[in-house]
Amino acid sequence: MTEKGKAPDSASTTPPEKVNTPESAPAEPTLHIAPSPHMRESGYTTRRMMVDVLIALTPTTAAAIFFYHQWAIIQLLLCVGGCLVTEAVFTHARKRKLSLGDLSAVVTGVILALSLPWNTPWFISLIASVVAISLGKMIFGGLGMNLFNPAMVGRTFVMLAFAGAVGAPAYVVGVDRNPGNETIVTVADHTALDGSALDGISSATPLTAHKQNGTDIPVGWLVLSSCYSSLGERGIFVLIGGFFLLMRRTISWRIPLGAIISVALIAGIRDLAGYSDGWTITHHLFSGAFFLGAFFILTDPVTSPVTSKGRWIFGLLFGALVMLLRILSNYPEGVMFSILLVNALVPLINRWTIPKPFGGVVPQRT
Amino acid sequence: MGSHFISTHKTFARGVHPPDKKKLSSDAAVEVLPTPKEIRLPLSQHIGAEAVPVVKSRDEVEPGDLIAKADAFICAPIHTPIRGVIGPASSVTLATGKRVKAVLIKATDEQPLEGQTLYDDVLGGEWPFEKVDQYEPEQIRDAIKSAGIVGLGGAAFPTFVKLIPNKEKPIDTVLVNACECEPYLTSDDRLMLESPRSAICGAMLAAKAVNAEKVVIAVEDNKPLAIAALKKAAEGTHVKICVLQTKYPQGGEKQTVKAALNREIPGGGLPFEIGVVVINIGTVSAIARAVLRGRPLTHRIVTVTGEGVVNPKNVLAPIGAAVSELLDFCGGLKENATRVISGGPMMGFAMGDLETSITKGSSGITVLTDDETEPISETHCVRCGRCVDGCAMGLIPTRIALACRAKNWDLAKRHHIQSCCECGGCAYVCPAGIPLVQLIRMGKRQITD
Repeated sequence: MTEKGKAPDSASTTPPEKVNTPESAPAEPTLHIAPSPHMRESGYTTRRMMVDVLIALTPTTAAAIFFYHQWAIIQLLLCVGGCLVTEAVFTHARKRKLSLGDLSAVVTGVILALSLPWNTPWFISLIASVVAISLGKMIFGGLGMNLFNPAMVGRTFVMLAFAGAVGAPAYVVGVDRNPGNETIVTVADHTALDGSALDGISSATPLTAHKQNGTDIPVGWLVLSSCYSSLGERGIFVLIGGFFLLMRRTISWRIPLGAIISVALIAGIRDLAGYSDGWTITHHLFSGAFFLGAFFILTDPVTSPVTSKGRWIFGLLFGALVMLLRILSNYPEGVMFSILLVNALVPLINRWTIPKPFGGVVPQRT
Repeated sequence: MGSHFISTHKTFARGVHPPDKKKLSSDAAVEVLPTPKEIRLPLSQHIGAEAVPVVKSRDEVEPGDLIAKADAFICAPIHTPIRGVIGPASSVTLATGKRVKAVLIKATDEQPLEGQTLYDDVLGGEWPFEKVDQYEPEQIRDAIKSAGIVGLGGAAFPTFVKLIPNKEKPIDTVLVNACECEPYLTSDDRLMLESPRSAICGAMLAAKAVNAEKVVIAVEDNKPLAIAALKKAAEGTHVKICVLQTKYPQGGEKQTVKAALNREIPGGGLPFEIGVVVINIGTVSAIARAVLRGRPLTHRIVTVTGEGVVNPKNVLAPIGAAVSELLDFCGGLKENATRVISGGPMMGFAMGDLETSITKGSSGITVLTDDETEPISETHCVRCGRCVDGCAMGLIPTRIALACRAKNWDLAKRHHIQSCCECGGCAYVCPAGIPLVQLIRMGKRQITD
């Protein structure tokens, strides 16, 4: 240990050098020298984290396919394919090892698809995927280097560039855009069964309808996600996946909990103060992409703080921003912008929340 | 995973849960190593000064004779565990890679202390608690000092230094560390099972030496049999057994004190500053032997274990015996063995030379196979924060490690690199396979130099 030069060498090279044992028996095994620890948690790799997320997204994806049939599948294929190809092209151009095996591009693709409406034109989905991976991830240096969540970068780009096609208006005019396909808007069936004449809502997301017409929607619809919305805004199904991730400890519980507390608090105060127009805490939590954002996008480890305190701040801030945008902005929904905004604050949050070591700081020796 | 969710026992904050793998050797009763043909006693077995030999070549020595004396304050004398003849000047490469001078002793054919006699002398026999009161603190300290007792947990710091009274900071508690949180190792476990009275006796003697009122033995809850044995042996004494939730690195001094006593050792400080002396369970047993029986520290229990060894065992071995000797006693290495570690897999040192000696601090020899040491390819840090959640010192290992890799020492210092205890929990949990603690260790050396 005290020999200089030994420690740096052994630390920087993970593949251990080989040392032969004394030449006693011919079958003597070759012994490796490496610095401790000599044990690693088995089976838990970056890839496994991504697989966890994909498993957790299954209920949401299944619900999306249930409600939107082949249209959901088409979006998923477009986005995942677009992301994979873009990553392959970029790694090839930079002469790096192909990194598709870590599955992070698949996760980005799935989340991106889930954030789009069912009727997104194919070229917009593809552009979103290319932008997500290229501008969102690869130009920073690949997985682990990016500042913003790639899927949200792609989603924001197409939302601003093709506001009519995938912005808030897209959801309102959704049914009219493809006159041949009204039948796939299952919400319409639900309203028909219900017997009520909520035609306005059947083609607008609950948040948009609420914002523009002051229309309320039964909480049950939101929970079961039988409302017109982005593919991934699937209420309870998102929550199921979120809990799976919490159980697996793949995501930090502090981030979603902070976000939920923040939204519940602001929505609750607003409700009590009488400004809510019947839009309660549950409405706010279950509407839009809030749970999808809080459990799946915000918790993207790369773009969230590493400290416990930082994660609380991050989650609380996100919830507050979502509410701010929902209440005060022209957009019906604030999840996407809120995520990008708090992502930008992560380096600062990390810097502000360096924890005090156990037992206190070691005094400087003079 | 699993058990820690429901454990109600006390513990420290954060930490990691490696599989303890203690089943490999925990049921193997301590066996006495047949006296080796020759032993090499390293003259430097711990931090501090080298001991000075007092014997010359061809001298004849009896078990317990002084071989090297302590000339400095932080130093411990060394005694021979066997009857034999001193050989020519020798040297030994310790597991840490350090090459040190050693005294070679060739065993004679007839040994006075062997087999069961040796076992009874070290672990067995009577350990009368009532005798503890007959000794003055001074006497206990002198006995510990001249017996060459050092911490048997691994660091091998001379024990008497810890027991010198400090008027400004009186000691109120002796905390016996029996956590043995390193996976695989079971030497402390077996000691508690087979000789609980020696441990309790030694703990009371240590408390007497520093006038401490409280004696607490901290054990993790994965050793129920040892806990039962200790509790039974401690009946009627003031020694308390504190059961802790199994977690790594509970055996770290700061973590044990926090878990068992809920006190925090200040950063960069030592336990005496908060009125605590922490002593390993093997050490207190050696203290009892030194004080009550006048025996120096010449033998210790070494766990020879791991998937790569044919018959994992707990061996009572003389200090200075070759590692290869112990491995042969346990059936030798399996063909797929790839790493022989002095100590446990989390903080132990991989050895390249199996002719190295067992030292006073050798708690075990762990042999891993290619299944456990399979190299993995490193990927970028995804900042998942698992190292942060696992860091027993409350640091951000990924930040410090990557700062060290970039040689950004200021950033590393800003993240309190000096507080790292190098337990390796961060590198254990990292899904990206980044050698976190290895980088931090390197950085710490660079900063201090």
